[in-house]
Amino acid sequence: MKWLAFVVFAAFLLFAAYEIHPFGELDDSRMDDYIIENAQNETAANNVVTSVVFDYRGYDTLGEATVLFTAIAGALVVLRRVKK
Amino acid sequence: MKDEGMSVIVTTIAALIFPAIMIFSFYVIMHGHLTPGGGFQGGAIGASAIVMLIVAYGAKNVKKKVSDENLSIFESIGGLVFVVVGLLGFLAASTFLYNFLVGEPLFGTIPPFGSNSGILNSGGILPILNIAVGMKVIGGLASVVLVMALAGGDEE
Amino acid sequence: MIYSIPFYTVVILILVGVYAVIFKRNLIKIAIGITIIESGVNLFLITLGYREGGVAPIYTNLPSGIKIPEGMVLPVPQALTLTSIVIGVAVLALMLSLSIMIYRHYGTLDSRKVRRLKE
Repeated sequence: MKWLAFVVFAAFLLFAAYEIHPFGELDDSRMDDYIIENAQNETAANNVVTSVVFDYRGYDTLGEATVLFTAIAGALVVLRRVKK
Repeated sequence: MKDEGMSVIVTTIAALIFPAIMIFSFYVIMHGHLTPGGGFQGGAIGASAIVMLIVAYGAKNVKKKVSDENLSIFESIGGLVFVVVGLLGFLAASTFLYNFLVGEPLFGTIPPFGSNSGILNSGGILPILNIAVGMKVIGGLASVVLVMALAGGDEE
Repeated sequence: MIYSIPFYTVVILILVGVYAVIFKRNLIKIAIGITIIESGVNLFLITLGYREGGVAPIYTNLPSGIKIPEGMVLPVPQALTLTSIVIGVAVLALMLSLSIMIYRHYGTLDSRKVRRLKE
């Protein structure tokens, strides 16, 4: 039963990798062209990837910092030693 | 894990190269708006330096110098700086996390368009956010590894 | 078909990870399998944003002769992959802490023997 599910899953993935667009040719990239051209004027930074992470999508970075804080707090609570 | 740590050669070399790794981590964090890098990458390098000390000296000796309560306070200060800088954007202009330092004399030189060698004084609020996220990652990862190393030591 | 080798590498990584999660019984091996699936998904996110013959989107000391929007790779998938890597590290830390607690309570790490509530 497990082998049947694994083979069906592998067949789905291989069919998807055969039908996807070729590696290196993009269809539509208008948002990224706008970001590359206007990142130095609006955010005053040379690194376009850092300005996307902290300025154009800064709210996602706040959510990720919250996930990191919650996971570390959970791991510290589980491994607490009670003093007798 | 043994409590005494490893031999004399390993502890001497670990104590010698620990400041160099911490300085390299601060360099990667501070130049996040000019070269590849930033808060998360520099924070991972700094956490690896503290884990190297835990492996070389033993977990109990490291807990006497850098306890896990101090590392938790270090992490919480980083998170608070991030949220306070975001709320300052509310007061200065219209939205949360608005880049209100572009054009000001503190961090706001606009670099010329095209290829140039970088100016450290530029970037808006990006260097402040890089330092906040770097403190958060260093404190968080080092405290998790320290608590896990201490938990395997005493089994009743 | 020879030029889609990164996509076939992603499929092989995901299949190895799913095999480890389904067919193995030790809890540490299941955690390693989940990490391998995470690595495959991060690789897939990065290879979606590649442009033929492009350089990194950084303006410091850019070599001359690069056209500004068409000669650089896309920056947005790299930002999303950064978030995904950090979330993977946090989930792995929580999984290993829970396995240390399970070993202290039950005395074994076999996933078929840790199902009943111990008295």
